Amino acid sequence: MTNTTILIAAIVFWLAAWFANTRLAALRPERGPMVTVINLAIPVLFGAAILALWEGITRGFGVPTVILPPPSMIWERITNSVPTLWADFQQTYLKGVVSGYLIGCSLGFLVAVLVDRSPFWKAGVMPIGNLVSALPIVGIAPIMVMWFGFDWQSKAAVVVVMTFFPMLVNTVAGLNAAGHMERDLMHTYASTRTQSLLKLRLPAAMPFIFNALKINSTLALIGAIVAEFFGTPIVGMGFRISAEVGRLNVDMVWATIFVAALAGSLSYGAIALIERSVTFWHPSMRSERP
Amino acid sequence: MIRSRILPILTVVAAIIAVWYAFAVILNAPFERSAAERAGETIGFVELLPKTMAQQRPVLPAPHQVAVEIWETTAEKSITSKRSLIYHAWVTLSATLLGFMMGTALGILLAVGIVHSRVLDKSMMPWIITSQTIPILALAPMIIVVFNSVGVTGLLPKALISTYLSFFPVAVGMVKGLRSPETMHMDLMHTYSANRAQTFWKLRWPSSVPFLFTSMKIGIAASLVGAIVGELPTGAVAGLGARLLAGSYYGQTVQIWSALIVAAVLAGLLVGLIGWIGGWLNRRMGVREARA
Repeated sequence: MTNTTILIAAIVFWLAAWFANTRLAALRPERGPMVTVINLAIPVLFGAAILALWEGITRGFGVPTVILPPPSMIWERITNSVPTLWADFQQTYLKGVVSGYLIGCSLGFLVAVLVDRSPFWKAGVMPIGNLVSALPIVGIAPIMVMWFGFDWQSKAAVVVVMTFFPMLVNTVAGLNAAGHMERDLMHTYASTRTQSLLKLRLPAAMPFIFNALKINSTLALIGAIVAEFFGTPIVGMGFRISAEVGRLNVDMVWATIFVAALAGSLSYGAIALIERSVTFWHPSMRSERP
Repeated sequence: MIRSRILPILTVVAAIIAVWYAFAVILNAPFERSAAERAGETIGFVELLPKTMAQQRPVLPAPHQVAVEIWETTAEKSITSKRSLIYHAWVTLSATLLGFMMGTALGILLAVGIVHSRVLDKSMMPWIITSQTIPILALAPMIIVVFNSVGVTGLLPKALISTYLSFFPVAVGMVKGLRSPETMHMDLMHTYSANRAQTFWKLRWPSSVPFLFTSMKIGIAASLVGAIVGELPTGAVAGLGARLLAGSYYGQTVQIWSALIVAAVLAGLLVGLIGWIGGWLNRRMGVREARA
């Protein structure tokens, strides 16, 4: 196929997908499996159309691969360099992100439960925690690299600091989410502090805690990758990106970004699934049907 | 008021500074001890204490060292000097603001499209949400280098990263906001036989303003992070990110910390400014607080 045919085919596919989506969206079935199918089919078609358009434009207009490689080339690169990508993934995600995420989230949670006992500390910690959550914390990456060395420990340290504050703020807010009526009820049962914490306030805080877990899953990956820009052994996703950008191997950069995107979406999805089973009682989890 | 709100905050700040000093002493002490050992002397704690807070390249600089560095590089340097932190902060701030404005505009446009078109809603909303689970900052070096290779340098590539980071909170917040009018109000507009444009300008747009400002606060913080990270791969020319990178290359910890503090102050000011404008607008428009 010549380049022009590819371009035309891509545009035709895009128009067809757009048309199909318009018709699908107009269907509005009432209930049943059709709703799920349509809600899934429309975004998938849209994504496929974007990919086709990307492929068509890059090939059709002969865009230099240094600027934007076509998706087929990126996919080829992904399948060809699985061992490298896997080693990077292990270094950055399995070592740096996961350990930092676990430590950061549990520390934030513990401090929140401690702070919750005293209104004075709560009043002091909350505004500062909110402020720090808005700060560019990735900036501490060079300091952590100096303190903990080039290997994954420094990346985990950055992730700990980045995930700590959202967890702290959200958990403290969540522990206050239980209503007065319920608290009074616990009081009339003569429940102790621990009992009311475990049986009422922690379950009520779960939606907030999962919110923080979801925010943190993205933050953690960002923190680890950016920290690798400041110094790393010769393996890791951040290292791969900065090294291959320097050599103008843009397809390898896209391959790494694809892995990062996959890891990010999958961990987000996994947390959302757990949330569904833990906070099944929350109004936001109700299905749309009355 | 002062007792119940300011006092706890001040206590926490004081506690943080105290812990900071303690760690500065603990972390910097080994260097002084080994220096004393090499000189063949034994060093007591009283002599050790001031020395740990006056090192050239401490592991952790004491707060007052950072404060002195910030004072020297802001107030005592002319603004045009390359050593002035105000100059570097301005470089970062300009990219942040440009990107933030583009991102906000894009977010609002997307939200308007999504609210009015079922096809757009169904096909784009899942992707917008997925796009945020992707560590987008990883794209930053590539965007910079690719634009450099085409000959576009300076402000725009950094601003584009900020744009990408800030459009999402605005788009999602605005979709919520534009849909926030109650059914009663929508029905009222309908009985007035208002067309779509009238409903939009007279009902949807005003009721989305509180949502807009809440999401703009998140957006501008994300923009600043984007601009700082966008400065890393250019080889540390100018900007707060460049100061961080240069500091990490040459082991200038005081410089890193002062750049960090300035970035934090900048973020605080920007978020505070937007919050203040939002609050003022809300009062003018008669919006009741505690929503959004």
